[in-house]
Amino acid sequence: MNTPVLAPIFVNRKSFIELDARARAQSLFDEGTWKELVGPFDRIESPWLAQQGIAPQFDDGCVVIKGKIGGSRAVAIAFEGAFQGGSVGEVSGAKMTCALDLATKDSKAGKSTAAILLLETGGVRLQEANLGLAAVAEIISSALALRQHAPVITIVAGTVGCFGGMSLVAGVSSYTIMTREARLGLNGPEVIEQESGIDEFDSSDRALIWAIHGGEQRVGMGLADSLVEDDADKITAAVRGCISKGIPEKHRTEQVALYRARIAALDTSRQIAPPALRQEWGSLKGGVR
Amino acid sequence: MSEQVGLRGKAWFKALTGSATSNSGDPNSVLAATAAIESESALFLCVVPDNDSRFPCARDGQVGLEEAFALATHIRAVMSEDRDKSRETKRPIIAIVDVKSQAYGRREETAGIFFAAATSADAYASARIAGHPVISLVAGHAFSGGFLTHGYQANRILAFDDAGIVIHAMHKEAAARITRRSIVDLEKLGHEIAPMSYDVRDYAKLGLLFKLLHAEDPQHPTSNEIAEVKKAITEAIADARKGRLDLSNRWESDAAKEMRKGTLAVRTALEAQWFND
Repeated sequence: MNTPVLAPIFVNRKSFIELDARARAQSLFDEGTWKELVGPFDRIESPWLAQQGIAPQFDDGCVVIKGKIGGSRAVAIAFEGAFQGGSVGEVSGAKMTCALDLATKDSKAGKSTAAILLLETGGVRLQEANLGLAAVAEIISSALALRQHAPVITIVAGTVGCFGGMSLVAGVSSYTIMTREARLGLNGPEVIEQESGIDEFDSSDRALIWAIHGGEQRVGMGLADSLVEDDADKITAAVRGCISKGIPEKHRTEQVALYRARIAALDTSRQIAPPALRQEWGSLKGGVR
Repeated sequence: MSEQVGLRGKAWFKALTGSATSNSGDPNSVLAATAAIESESALFLCVVPDNDSRFPCARDGQVGLEEAFALATHIRAVMSEDRDKSRETKRPIIAIVDVKSQAYGRREETAGIFFAAATSADAYASARIAGHPVISLVAGHAFSGGFLTHGYQANRILAFDDAGIVIHAMHKEAAARITRRSIVDLEKLGHEIAPMSYDVRDYAKLGLLFKLLHAEDPQHPTSNEIAEVKKAITEAIADARKGRLDLSNRWESDAAKEMRKGTLAVRTALEAQWFND
């Protein structure tokens, strides 16, 4: 008698989080359609790190891949969380800005090219400080320009999360896809604890961190669009879904009055309970749909 | 840095618009006024400290939730009023920048300050893309997410040239801690590596600025200095109207050709390898 072996589902699942930036970006594209641009063999590395005794990387922690997703033209730009915390430097930032600009140029010429931004980043690379901050401003501007012509889709899969200036890039995206393991916010818990004290934010309180910044919360409160399992096929399906939906009728960041009223209604005499906020905002009409 | 952040901003807002009180419906920390510059009217915006803010982490000149949404509201109102005007007649938007940082608070994170900041950056950038000249005057501090939210989407950036001006990704103490350096080492590095510097004269080398301005005591501008600043803003408006609507002037400037070789190398290579099928 053979007893059927029941493998748990996660054994067969292809984790997305376990992939590096390059493999993540590759996994989104239709087979045989993609090519990496300005890759490691081009050796365009940070001009600033070596002067500070830090080993640069040939791709500066940013991977650009162009090809087709579900038959549609797309470019993916992925930050590698394992290199300098996925931080935005001059070179990595310029890759993202320029890829967005080229996608805009093609989209305006009738060849719609969506951008998929894979953001695992703590924000500006402090060793390149002002050029990193300038790069973030430029990325925001270029993402906004493309958004009028083709969807800009942000994926925050984890585990680094998306923080600092790059969280504004997620904010202006047409769609944001997150997993439960992902976090999204302007200031990370450690930074708040340092700046405002442990009473304001205890950065060792992991439950609190996920309650505030976690993917389930961000999607639930309507500040991100889809919560997807850590599964490469499901994430690709979610990206294809966003591409076929096209440009949202109204972007979330254009709905200023709606969100301003929600902030005005907050009781700020004490800390805000994340589950209550999720329930309240989640039940209200809004968002990009 | 004993000077309180926001005082210079307020002084210049008053000097350029004649008033320094917030509008009803806005938080006390946001100043917005329509005032004349040369022969046209412009929208002036400034974020100032408000000790009584109902958000405790946004009381010292930080840009928080209410500030971001108020800025976005004013900008979008002007955009919608000027929608049918030609590029030459769309109202200029002048951001007077003296911000400590973004607000570092739990309330802010919970309620999505990342998104609030994005609405303001979006409004500034969309106004620029729609043809409004957007000019930033850095009158004091311009830090990190505070600057991204308020001012960094401008077509043209003006800044004073004294030691009270600090444009940076993170203040010295925190940057030293995170990069594991002493403040002395950090300052030394700043003189060798321009993007690390806290000195606005080094910042000017990066090619991001339109012009450096000077005032003897920027907290107490004289009428001559006000006239000079107005003249510089007028020049910046004219230059913005002639230029492109994106931020390409920042990496195509003469200074950028020296200091942003990495950016330019990436753009050349990516444009060459980009394919179309």
